[in-house]
Amino acid sequence: MTTQNAAGAAKPDLSARQIRRMKRFDNPWRNPKLTWGAALILGIVAMGILGRIFWNMDLVFTGSAPLKLPPLGFENLRGQPGQTDFPLGTDGAGRDLLALIVIGAPNSLFVGLLASIIGMSIGIFLGFSAGFLGGRTDDTIRILSDVMITIPPLLILVVFQAAFGDVSLTLMAILIAAFMWQSPTRLIRAQVLSMRESGYVQMARLSGASTMHIMFREMMPNLVPYLFGSFIANVTTSIVTAVGLEVLGLGPQRIPTLGRIIYEAINSGALIQNLWWWWGLPTILLAVMFIGLLLINLGLDEVSNPRLRKL
Amino acid sequence: MGRIPSSYLGNRIVTLFLTIFIAATLIWIIPRLSPVDPAEIALGRMAAGAGTVGNSEDILAQLRAQLGIDQPWFVQYAKYLWGIVQFDFGLSTANFPTPVSALIANALPWTLGLMLISITITFFIGNLLGALMVWDHSPKLVKVAIPAAMVLTSIPPILSALLLMWIFSAKLRLFPLTGAYGLTVEPGWTWDFVQSVLYHGFLPALSIVVVTFGFWALGMRGLMIGVQGEDYTTLAKAKGLRPRYILYKYMIRNAILPQITAFALKIGMLIAGQVLVERIFAYNGMGKLLYDAILDQDFPVIQGVSFVIILMTAFSVFLVDLIYPLIDPRIRHGR
Repeated sequence: MTTQNAAGAAKPDLSARQIRRMKRFDNPWRNPKLTWGAALILGIVAMGILGRIFWNMDLVFTGSAPLKLPPLGFENLRGQPGQTDFPLGTDGAGRDLLALIVIGAPNSLFVGLLASIIGMSIGIFLGFSAGFLGGRTDDTIRILSDVMITIPPLLILVVFQAAFGDVSLTLMAILIAAFMWQSPTRLIRAQVLSMRESGYVQMARLSGASTMHIMFREMMPNLVPYLFGSFIANVTTSIVTAVGLEVLGLGPQRIPTLGRIIYEAINSGALIQNLWWWWGLPTILLAVMFIGLLLINLGLDEVSNPRLRKL
Repeated sequence: MGRIPSSYLGNRIVTLFLTIFIAATLIWIIPRLSPVDPAEIALGRMAAGAGTVGNSEDILAQLRAQLGIDQPWFVQYAKYLWGIVQFDFGLSTANFPTPVSALIANALPWTLGLMLISITITFFIGNLLGALMVWDHSPKLVKVAIPAAMVLTSIPPILSALLLMWIFSAKLRLFPLTGAYGLTVEPGWTWDFVQSVLYHGFLPALSIVVVTFGFWALGMRGLMIGVQGEDYTTLAKAKGLRPRYILYKYMIRNAILPQITAFALKIGMLIAGQVLVERIFAYNGMGKLLYDAILDQDFPVIQGVSFVIILMTAFSVFLVDLIYPLIDPRIRHGR
C-alpha cells in the first residue's frame, strides 16, 4: 500500500477550511472519527469504573429497591415519581438500573474484546502459516476458513448453550472466539501472499533473514492498519452475537449483561407496560457502544487509506 | 455471459458440502459433550406432570432406547446423518408427536418471505443512496443526511426492532405488537389475509432495513469513488451525456457488481439478525420457533432450526458465488 498525501496536487484552489483540514491530516491519527469513537468507548469503560466506586453495587440484587420505579423526573403507570435513590429507575425485580448497567455494560465490552483478541491471535497465526508455507497447509486453512465463514456463530452457540445451560462470561467469550478467526485469517493470508513477492521481502530473504523475522518484523508492521480494522469489526460482531444469545435467554444467567436485561424486560412485557427505561437504557448503551466501534473503524480506515479522506 | 470453469464449480460444491457436514457434526457433537442426560430431562418433565414416577430406572432405560442413546456413538452418528439428509430431525419433545420437520416447514415460509422482502428493499435503497453520495449532481441534503444515517449501520436489528416496536406499536398503536397475521383472519390466499400479513410484516422488515441499508451504501460509496475516476466516466461526461444517464448506465452498473459478493459474506449475519427480530416481534418464523424451543428445552427443534438456517446460509453463499461470474464477465476464476 502506498501512502499518498491526502491533499492531492490536483486541486489548487482550496478554501481556508480545506487548508485547515489538510493540516490536521498531516497527522492521520488525529482523526475526528477515531477520537469520537474512542471517547464513546472510553466513556463506557469510565462509567463502569467510576460507577463501581461511587455507586452502591449492592443494588443489583433482586428486591433491593421498589419495583418498576421510573427514572428521575418521570412517572410510571401507577403514578409513582422517580426517586433520587434510584436515579435511572428500577426493573421488575427491584434492581436499580444504574447499578445494573454499571456492571452490565463493561461485561458486554469484555466479551467482545476477549473473543476478538483470541480470534485475532488464531487468525494471525493461521493467516501467516497459510500465506507463508503454502501448499497443503494453505489449502487446508483456506478451505476451513471458507467453510467456517458461512456458518453463523449464533446458531451453533445456541445449540451449545442450550445444552450446557449456564455459562460464565469468559466461556461465552471463548466460544464466540471459535467463530472469530476466519476473517483475519483470510485477510492476512491475502496480504501475505501479495507481500511475499514484494521487493523488501525478497530483499530480506536474500539477506538471510529468518522466516520469523520476515513475518513479524518486515510484514507485520504493514498489516497493522488492516489488523486493527478487522479487530474492531470482530469486537462488534462478537458483541452482537453475545447480545443475541442473551436476548434469547441464553448466556450467563447470574451476571447482569445488557442483553440479559433486555431479555428480562421483554419477557415481563415492559413494552406494553410502558417501562421504557428498563429495556431502553441498555438499548441506548449498546447503541452507543456500536456507534463508538463503528467510528473507530471508519477512522482507522481513513488512517490506513488516505484516499478515503475528504477535504 | 461468462462461463463457470469446472474447477471453480467443483471447489464451491466441495465447500458447500463441507460446510453442511461440519455444521451438522458440530450440532450433533455439542449436546453429547454436555453432562445433561436427555432421558433424565424427559423423566423430569414426566415427574413434573405426574407428581411422582415409580420404577424410574425402567423408564430411563426405555427412554434411552427410544431416543437411541443406548447405541454406540457411530451408529447414532450414522443414523443422525442419514436422518438429516432426509430432513428428519426426530420428534419435538415439547409438542410431542409432531415431527420437527413439520414445525420447520410451517415456520420457514414466513422467515424466507420476510428475508426476501427486507433484503431486496435494503439492497436497492442502500446502493442507490451510496451512489448518490458520490454523484456530483445529487442534492446537497443527500450528502449531509446519508453519512449521518450511516451511524445506524452499527446497530444490530434487535435494537432497532425494540425501538420501532415501542414507538409505532406500543406508543402510537399504528402497528400490531406481535404475530405475523391478525387473529381474526383465516390463513389463505384472500385479500384480507394478504393485507394482514403485509400490515404485520411492515415493522419487522423496517427494523431490518433501517439498520442494514447503510452497509450497502458504504460499500457502494467506495466502489463509486473508484468508478468516478475511470476513463469511461470521463469520456461519457466529455461526450455531454445527461448526468442521470451517466449515473445509471455508466457508474452504478459497473460499481454494483462487487456488492453482490459482499452480499454472500453478509448473509449469515443477516439471517441471524432476523431470527432475533422475529423473536422480538413474536413473528411466526424460525426465530420464534427457536426461542420457544429454547424455553421448552426442546432439543430436536433447536438442532433442526439451527441446521436449517445454516443450510439456508450455505446455499445462499453458494448461489451468489455461482451467479457472480455469470453477471460479471470480467471476473475470471482460476487458482
